This record gives sequence, structure tokens and C-alpha cells, in this order.
Amino acid sequence: MKNRDPDLLLFHAPLLRQGMTTPRAMRDVLYALLPATAASLWFFGVSAVLILVACIAGAVLAEWLFANRAARSESLRDASGLLTGLLLGLTLPPGLPLWMAFLGGFVGISLGKVIWGGLGHNLFNPALLGRAFLLATFPIAMTTWVTPTPDGGFLNIYPGNLALPFMQAQIDGVSSATPLGMLKFDQQVTELTQLAFGNVSGSLGETSGLLLLLGGIYLFLRRDLDWRIPVSILVTVMVFSACLGLFDAERFPTPLFSVFSGGLLLGAFYMATDPVTSPVTPKGAWIFGIGVGVLVILIRVFGGLPEGVMYAILLMNAATPLIDRYTQPRVFGRGAESG
Amino acid sequence: MKAIRRLRRNFEHGVHPAHHKQQTENLPIQRVPFVKDYVMPLGQHIGVPAKAVVAVGERVQRGQLIAEPGGFVSTGLHSPVTGTVREIGDFRGADGRFAPAIAIEADAFATQQVDAGPAVDWESLSLEKFIEAVQMAGIVGMGGAAFPAHVKLSVPDGVKIRHLLINGAECEPFLTTDHRLMVERPEAVLEGAEIMRQKLGAEETVIGIEANKPDAIKTIRKHIQPNQPVRVVPLKVKYPQGAEKMMIKSVFDKEVPAGQLPRDVEVNVNNVGTIVAVADYFLRGMPLIERVVTVAGPGVTYPANLIVPLGTPVREVVRFCGGLKPGTREIIMGGPMMGRPIASLDVPILKGCSGVLVFTEQQTAGRKEYPCISCGRCLEACPYFLNPSRLARLSKSRMFDEMKAYHVYDCVECGCCTFACPSNIPIVQLIRTAKDDLANRKEPEE
Repeated sequence: MKNRDPDLLLFHAPLLRQGMTTPRAMRDVLYALLPATAASLWFFGVSAVLILVACIAGAVLAEWLFANRAARSESLRDASGLLTGLLLGLTLPPGLPLWMAFLGGFVGISLGKVIWGGLGHNLFNPALLGRAFLLATFPIAMTTWVTPTPDGGFLNIYPGNLALPFMQAQIDGVSSATPLGMLKFDQQVTELTQLAFGNVSGSLGETSGLLLLLGGIYLFLRRDLDWRIPVSILVTVMVFSACLGLFDAERFPTPLFSVFSGGLLLGAFYMATDPVTSPVTPKGAWIFGIGVGVLVILIRVFGGLPEGVMYAILLMNAATPLIDRYTQPRVFGRGAESG
Repeated sequence: MKAIRRLRRNFEHGVHPAHHKQQTENLPIQRVPFVKDYVMPLGQHIGVPAKAVVAVGERVQRGQLIAEPGGFVSTGLHSPVTGTVREIGDFRGADGRFAPAIAIEADAFATQQVDAGPAVDWESLSLEKFIEAVQMAGIVGMGGAAFPAHVKLSVPDGVKIRHLLINGAECEPFLTTDHRLMVERPEAVLEGAEIMRQKLGAEETVIGIEANKPDAIKTIRKHIQPNQPVRVVPLKVKYPQGAEKMMIKSVFDKEVPAGQLPRDVEVNVNNVGTIVAVADYFLRGMPLIERVVTVAGPGVTYPANLIVPLGTPVREVVRFCGGLKPGTREIIMGGPMMGRPIASLDVPILKGCSGVLVFTEQQTAGRKEYPCISCGRCLEACPYFLNPSRLARLSKSRMFDEMKAYHVYDCVECGCCTFACPSNIPIVQLIRTAKDDLANRKEPEE
């Protein structure tokens, strides 16, 4: 051998990889959200763009500000901050002041992720934590809903968007209740077709059920989500609603209404399935999903709020370490596990 | 239900790496030429190293015993060439450590002809003598682990072996040594199997072969004598089908209890290469002095299946295959899932070395580590149903004792978890770190 030997790498086996990487999985979720994001632009116009951009800017700024110098470019590149901002934005009302959206993104990442030790260490879903923060801090702005497509067309901006920080937000414009709110407070039922195609008032991303479902199917085909979680959530919600319907069909929502209204599809496919904050064991995923489903209906039907997806997921996030602990799979060649 | 599962012939979980065997699966086995220098490490099997019985300057014949077993879990060692003992001392091994070895310089004028020694009359040997003969012949598990074969044969009183299972799965990507042996030497496989079966007193021989080797399945089936109690079982192509407990699950639908051995479910498992070594010794008098090695991977000029005398430097094997292509980044001894990358080309081929794989940038890129996001892919890959994500986290926090509760000792380091991990966390390495730490900590107490 005339040439010098090559410098050889010394990695530990196995030396082959499946090919899927964590940043790629994150990007897949972003792609899956594209149709629903496009629909939010269609229904809410420029306002939707502004809200989403504000959330993403807040999230990415927090990510950049709190990351240490060495990890800075890395933590931005894995797209998880971007994803958190987008998810948060999709759960917000289109007429929300932009500075609140920005603050939500910032708090979501800083208190929801960085403070725990960064990606992979957080207990709660950062996007939902940001939303919970906003709902607790600005309850009126967060529950003021507007009808899709503002008067004057696509380019118009909801006046609420431009409110200045800490000035009394102008809550006017054409406000209207969400389908769940109408059901809860006015006993008014919205048509299912309207729910499925999204021409209803609500937060940016929860309006079009079918497009959310489409993205969910994409993620399932790419094997990026644990199918057990959305399946168990949706089945639980439908079964639970059907049971309630047996008592009083007038008062309680139908199973399909329950599934397509509010943020259930967004939550079930994109937030409950966040791998970091959901159980890692297969049995745990079932328990987690059933828990979310039961809590959603309990809050919606018996609680004080019209919508309960956010709190249902956050509560089950808190239970995740415990669920994981008690659902270890049975090891090959061993009897049933205890603890 | 059980009957349906039996039809599926499978174990649960596992992964599906591309098998990459096209490079060498149709290439006949050829012999590498003899070279000048050979290094025979005394510890090339699991257990106690062998003890040298030759002196520096002594002339040795090809096949002559040069080291005797150093204990029960140890085997004999034979000279791969006719030549002179040049040195007995510490040499760099494949793991990078220095270890005792015998260096032999081949005699340039010897024929190095493969001398068929006298066949051993195995039928009249008692079981004890037979086991001793296997030990002296230096036969070890040739699939990669290099566990002395005679230890597996030494079954305690009261334990009955009903099935002899021959492992022809060869589930590691790239490797084609067992495949070629089954296609080219089916008689040897069946002869060795018959010797083992009779000596163990087993009722039947089962040969498990992954379904991606139809020619091997066909050839072996064709050579089975009508009265031989042998059957070939095609197995699903899945890694790690060749892990012995997985194969027992696939073939017999039995779970070997954790911490126990195949013999506890009345099975004895041997690799195809091991079985051929048994046949070569008892029928042709050839102790274990050479083995079949697959040289493959995108970085090697002419991939091949080779008979290599033990102790041949990897450098000479690679040179015979046309050398390394530019861009070589990694050379692996063994398979890509459980093998070991080597730092230098100047390490010898050992009994357990089934392949020399040369990887380029394309295979070594993309191993950058990201944080664990608890996606659960490792749990769905682990054939032992462990929780690799938890084990890796505990190991990173150096909470090794806590790992026992998560059954760290049940891990066989097959690598499925790390293969499946999107964050490229070196889970197997973290688990081995813990096992080593726990083992080293125990010693002072004893």
C-alpha cells in the first residue's frame, strides 16, 4: 500500500442507521401543518399571518436568547422552536393583539422548554403552556372570537391585532362565539359540514377539521407519530359523547360534533402526540389518550369552559412520568412486571 | 392462536436494515494467498486465554497445536501456517489493546498445502472425550461471539437436549459467509450437524435460514438424506433473527427465560460456520486454523468471500481485494450491527471475525447526536422489550444501579435501539458503559 492509511473513525456499533433524524421528524410535523395553516390564511387573511409570525418570532427569540453560545445555532436548526411557535399561533384567536401572541411564544419556549433543560426534558407541551399563560393573563382577549374573513376582504386586519401593549385592547369588530361556545351558552348546534370545512369562528388552526386530519394521516404514514394517541383520544371522545347522548340527546353534543369542534383534532394529532411530553411505552400511550379524551369531554360538558383540550393535554402531560413508570413492557423471557 | 403464531415463524419487534448482501452473495469462496507474518492472539475466544506451548525459534507445522486451553472456558490454538515462531509477546488487537499473542513467520518454501489429517473416530468417543476433542480443536462460535463450542456441549446431568438448531440466519447486513458455506458445502453442514446431533442425543436437527437466501435453503434441502431427521425452516428477514433466543422463539415459539440458556428449553444452537468446523475436524482432521470472511462495503475495490488463515493481518486481506478506495472512513471487523471498527489495518483476523467491511463517507455521515425526545422508536425496536431510552438516560446520569431495575443485564447489545434512534444516541455504548462499571465495581468486594 503506497498511500498512507486513511484516518479511521471509531464509533461504537451499530454502525448503520435507519435514516430518520429528529430534525427531520420536526420538519415533517411542519409540513403536515401546512394545509391547515393555509386554511387559516384563507379564513382569517393577513391577521393570521401576523399572529403566526409574532408567535414564531417570540418562540425563536427565546430559543436564541437562552441557548448557550455553543448550542445556539443547533437549537435553532432542529426546528423545534419554529414548530412550537406555529402550534401556539394556531391555537390563538385571530383577533388577538400581536404583542400578546409574541409574548405567548416567548413564554412558551422559555418557561415551557428552556427552563427544563431544553429539547427533550420538558414536562409540558411548550405551545400549550404558552397558551395557558395567555389565557390566565389575558382572559378577555383570549376568548374574543371573530367571524372568518373580515369585512372588507382578505387584506383587512382585525382591529384587535394592533392594540398596543398594556393599553386596553379594543374589543370590538365583529365578534362571534365558537361552535362550542354556542352549544354551551346558547344551546345552538353548528352544522357538521361547516365544522369539517372550517367556515366557523374559532382559533386559527382549529377551524378546518378535514385538513388537520389530512396532516395527521401524513404523519402516520411517515411514522412520525404514535398512532395510539390520536386513535385513543378520538375513540374515547366519541364513545363518551355517545354515552352522554343516551341520557339527553338534546343537551349533549353528538360524537361527530365533539370530534370536529374546537381544538380536538389539532390537539389529538399535533400536541398530544408530542413525543417529549407523552408516554414512551405503548400501553402508556393508550392510557394517556384515554385520559385526554375523558378530560376533554368532562371539561367541555361539566366544566366552566366551553373548550378543554388544552387543559386535558396539560394534565395528562403531568401524569406522563407516572404512566411511563407503571407501564414498562414485559421483558422477553420474564413474567409479568410489577412497578 | 398458538398455531397461527407458529405459522408466522417470527419473534416480535426487531428492525429491518437494508441487507446489502448483493455485493458478495453470488461470489464463490476463494482462498487468500499465504503471506509472511501471522499473529495469533491467545485470547481470541470468550473466556480464559490459551497457554502457549511453543518457544520462540521453534518450527511449527500448519495445524500444529501452539497453545493449549488455559481453563475450562478456553480452547486450543493451532498454527495457521508452516513456519517459525518469531515472537511471543504483546500485540495490538482489534479492540486496540495489547494482548499476548504468538507471532509466526511463514516458511517461504513450505507448500502450505491443506493437509488433511487423519479423521477422528468420533462415533466411538465417549461424550467427555468428544467434548475435550472439540476444545482441543479450538472450535468456537463462528457467528461473531467466539464462545467456546465445547462449553455449550457440556450439558449438566438431567438436562435433555431435544433439538439441535443450526443458525443459518446471517441477519447482519453485508455478511455472506454462512450463506456461501451452505451453498458450497451443504454436505459439510449436514455432516457436522449429524455428528453434533448424535453426540448430544437430540431428536432432530433444525436449520433456520432467513428467506432471503433461497439458494441456500434449496441446496441444503436437496442434500438431506431420506432417513436424516433434519428439517430446514425458512425465517422472516428481520434483524436480529440470528440472535439465538430470537431464533428459538421464531422456530419453536418458546421464550428462553431471562438469565437462562437455550438448553433450559431443550435446544442447542450452533452457527453454520461452527458446524462446518466440527465436520472438518472430525472427518478431515483439520483443527480451526482458517475461516470464511466476507470482505465488502462500498470502500473495498473487489468485494469477496475468502478463506483466510487465522492471524492474517487485515492489511493483507484488504490488499488481496484490490485495496481501499479513496474516501474510506471506517473499517469494521464483523457485521455492521454488532461488529467493531478497527483503528489500524495491522490487526489479525480472528476466529470470531466473520467480515471486514469498509465504509465510506456515505455510511458514516449523519451520526450527529440530538437530545432524546422520547419518541419510543427504541422500545418498538428492542426484541427484548426493554426500555432503551430510559436505560440511556440513566446511564448518562451515571445511575448505573438504577439500571438493574430496568433489566440492563438482559440486553444482548444487538443494536436495534441505536439503529432506530432518530437522535443518534449511542444507546448500546451507554448500556455497555453501565455494564462495565457495574462489573468493575464488584471485583474489589469479592
